[in-house]
Amino acid sequence: MNRAARIAVFAVGALGLAIAFLLAFDALPHFGTESHPYGDRSVRAAVAQKTSNVVTSLAFDQRGFDTVGEEFILVLAVLGGTLLLRAREDEREDDSDDAPRSPEVADAVRLTGYLAMPITLLLGGYLVVHGALSPGGGFQGGVALATAIHLLYVAGDYQALDKLRPVPLFKATEAAGVSAYVAIGLAAIATGSAFLTNVLPLGSYQKLASAGTVPLLNAAVGVAVLSSVVVLLSEFLEQTHVVRAEGDA
Amino acid sequence: MSLLLDLAFLLVAAAGTSVVLNRDAIGQALALAVFGLTFTVLALVLQAPDVALSMLVVGSAIVPMLVLLAIASGRKQSPEDTP
Repeated sequence: MNRAARIAVFAVGALGLAIAFLLAFDALPHFGTESHPYGDRSVRAAVAQKTSNVVTSLAFDQRGFDTVGEEFILVLAVLGGTLLLRAREDEREDDSDDAPRSPEVADAVRLTGYLAMPITLLLGGYLVVHGALSPGGGFQGGVALATAIHLLYVAGDYQALDKLRPVPLFKATEAAGVSAYVAIGLAAIATGSAFLTNVLPLGSYQKLASAGTVPLLNAAVGVAVLSSVVVLLSEFLEQTHVVRAEGDA
Repeated sequence: MSLLLDLAFLLVAAAGTSVVLNRDAIGQALALAVFGLTFTVLALVLQAPDVALSMLVVGSAIVPMLVLLAIASGRKQSPEDTP
């Protein structure tokens, strides 16, 4: 098929898609209306389950099964990255201490990185623990925690980062986080309900011990996401700091 | 409120355009970070703080870092391609 024929086929398909898209857009409610049928029902359900954060209630309670799929997608993505960045036969890893150090960073950057690290760690932990109460949750808190650890690298100290995060440990905690999520879901079956039913006592509204299994699932997702991001970034950082092509000094 | 919303949308559009128009690899990574920030502001104005938090941590911290690390490792392996 020559180029003109290919473009003609594409044009027909694109025109059909454009017409269907515009018709569908026309049938949607206008931007900023008061009509939210799904929103009304989900907020009512979240409050009935004593969960203040409706988004977290949707993610871990009302649609908890979708989050299992999301966790496995994250693990698969990290696995794909690890496979793609593995050392080839003509590369070898060079862990010695006389490997080139990171370039010198400005003092202001170094100070800001060292100061921001404990603050960001605390913020990330807060987001994970209070996922059921205030905006945040396991995913946001997990990524914030991983970012906090890598502020050491931003402050110019790759050696410190490397000593602080043993990658095998984080690979183990990634698996542990995902397994804990599934295990909590299976524990619901043991009490006679369906997979991932919220079977723990619901507690009182807006207290830390509320919403049943949601804080536990939040913690599992937080650990899994933190470990996934750390493992993924460690693969990329190894490419720039450790792996050497054959023939280099 | 509506003026704020229009301003937020315009900022997102401008930041997105700057990402596309930036032809330098490192400049694009930084433009991505700014784009993530403007998108966070838009999500906040639309009263979706969870979306704003997700966009902030992923779009302004992790994605630019991944892009910059990929550029650095690419430059390392073929130094004759550096500008």
